[in-house]
Amino acid sequence: MTEAQPDAAAGAASAGLSHEQLLEMYRVMVRCRTLDERVWLLNRQGKAAIVASAQGHEAGQLGTVWALRRGHDRFYIYYRDLAVLIGLGMTPAEIMRGFMARDGEPLSGARQFPTHGAYAELNLVNLSNVVATQIPQAVGAALASRLRGDDAVTIVYFGDGASSVGDCHEAMNFAAIHRLPVIFFCENNGYAISVPLSAQMAVDSVASRAQGYGMPGVVVDGTDAAAVYEAATAAAERARSGGGPTLIEAMVERYLPHTSDDDDTRYREREDIEKARLRDPLVRLQGQLAAAGVLSDEMDEEIRAAARREIDEATDEVEAAPYAQTSSFYRDVYASGGDPSP
Amino acid sequence: MTVLEAVRDAMREEMARDPDVFVMGEDIGARGGVFLATDGFLDEFGAERVIDTPLAESSIAGIALGAAMEGMRPIAEIQFADFIWPSVCQVVGEASRARYGTDGSVGVPMVVRTPYGGGVRGGLYHSQNVEALFAHTPGLVVIAPATPYDAKGLLKSAIRSDDPVVFLEHKRTYRLVRGEVPEIEYTLPIGQADVKRQGDDVTVVTYGLMLHHCLEAAEEAEDRGVSVEVIDLRTLRPLDEQTILESVRKSGKALIVHEDTKAGGIGAEVAAIVAEGAFDYLDGPVMRLTGPEVPPMPFSPPLEELFMISPDQIVEAIETLASY
Repeated sequence: MTEAQPDAAAGAASAGLSHEQLLEMYRVMVRCRTLDERVWLLNRQGKAAIVASAQGHEAGQLGTVWALRRGHDRFYIYYRDLAVLIGLGMTPAEIMRGFMARDGEPLSGARQFPTHGAYAELNLVNLSNVVATQIPQAVGAALASRLRGDDAVTIVYFGDGASSVGDCHEAMNFAAIHRLPVIFFCENNGYAISVPLSAQMAVDSVASRAQGYGMPGVVVDGTDAAAVYEAATAAAERARSGGGPTLIEAMVERYLPHTSDDDDTRYREREDIEKARLRDPLVRLQGQLAAAGVLSDEMDEEIRAAARREIDEATDEVEAAPYAQTSSFYRDVYASGGDPSP
Repeated sequence: MTVLEAVRDAMREEMARDPDVFVMGEDIGARGGVFLATDGFLDEFGAERVIDTPLAESSIAGIALGAAMEGMRPIAEIQFADFIWPSVCQVVGEASRARYGTDGSVGVPMVVRTPYGGGVRGGLYHSQNVEALFAHTPGLVVIAPATPYDAKGLLKSAIRSDDPVVFLEHKRTYRLVRGEVPEIEYTLPIGQADVKRQGDDVTVVTYGLMLHHCLEAAEEAEDRGVSVEVIDLRTLRPLDEQTILESVRKSGKALIVHEDTKAGGIGAEVAAIVAEGAFDYLDGPVMRLTGPEVPPMPFSPPLEELFMISPDQIVEAIETLASY
């Protein structure tokens, strides 16, 4: 895989992202990474029950968010998509309420694991921990767009592990048959918890399967936000113009264990992780912007300090908040309220 | 009108009334469904709203769920209830908890319709009763009508409901059972049982095809001097506890009859409701007459007959209970 190239930022600008946009993306990525590191720390302090880190995946996620219309297009995400949430505009304090199961958590009322539930204003759904279930659901959302005649594009995120599930196959097949406006975005980090790609599939890439469904499949470097932006922009344009779905496979890295409950020393060499860290998307974007003369050391320090302050404040605010209250316990089982009887 | 015609009319009327309603499933387009429940729909509503799907039940449910979360009102047909198991993840695992898991911000106005039940030489994979699993699940509504009037009124209500509904149509009733259905528009309330026959000595609680066997048995029992009240549950979740308890408090005797196997079935739930809510009124054991604990149901006619409950068996059970 390529190291950051000095002229990469210029290339990104020509792909449609200005230096200002890339700089804004960098701020968001720093905020996301700072939050990600903080909640991991809070987990180790016993204050956050479960964390699935997005570290190494951020550029891919943000590249798609920048390519789509916030508040208009639909986002069906999975558990490792922290940067999508931040990119769409959720605040660190809102998200942190999920990690600490606090009252007022906006996605699920802290009924679910962090980052799960739905955010209506952002057209964001993350219904389940069961991998790949979101893929047919997203195709159903795209079908709703078709039936209603709206021009929303639905993007659905999933890992390489989810690509093995039957739901993934069924959903892609249906979407291709009906040329639905959906983008399948596979974040391939090479591991389904502990099982490496070589034990998950006999082919080299998830994207190569697209041909079997009759849709384009593209592989992009998921640590390169501009490259992902470009691929997602093309896929969105294709979806909007009636051209049907696209499968994008973003090659990303996972530095941390699957979740805070996992022990990756049982299945992963440390050298493998050190090698993965060489492809840190944050370092890469920082290098691109610095090389383009857009980001000075002073600015960078300011951005990082601002993120730390914001996350510090969010941590204080959320830690002081009460857990989600028991008064909500029976609400929303049915449209009419709780379950009146078995 | 038959049950099948009632189902078809309910869907047709709702599709004409509300552009958000659409149907999807296997062979429902040009074929009109294997039982012809959607006969003529493709011509009337077009291929966009009458979607022939690949043979892929998990995504039939999952895609319907996604469309429902965006405010559409899909009716997903699972061709036979026996084929519903691949969709359990999307229905039981996902649809049932979508509203709860999003703090109420997402609703699931979807209906999963499926023909179920035996007595049609369906063998092990075209005869199953699937209600118990779904009825166990908070967040789901489960409806199992037995007459054309109930099928039409309840299916229309199910389509208009903002909750995920599993709508079970006993396939033996499709063409066998006829009944009056009003010309005028009507719906029926979900969650209300119906007293299909009034009586004083024994309460029989049932649903689906067995309702008709129970009514026949009640007639016979009456001739033998036992007055039988027959309750058609109609909705299996939520159960109408009040109607069950009122009747049992009057009769003091409860017999539950269903085609599904016994252990962990609807009858177990009804028996517990009676034990908890009408214990002081009971004048005999709560009895269950159900399908035997064998995978439903074998293909050979004598074996299938052995599985199915006959009106004679119901009469016998009623008399046994009445003698306490």
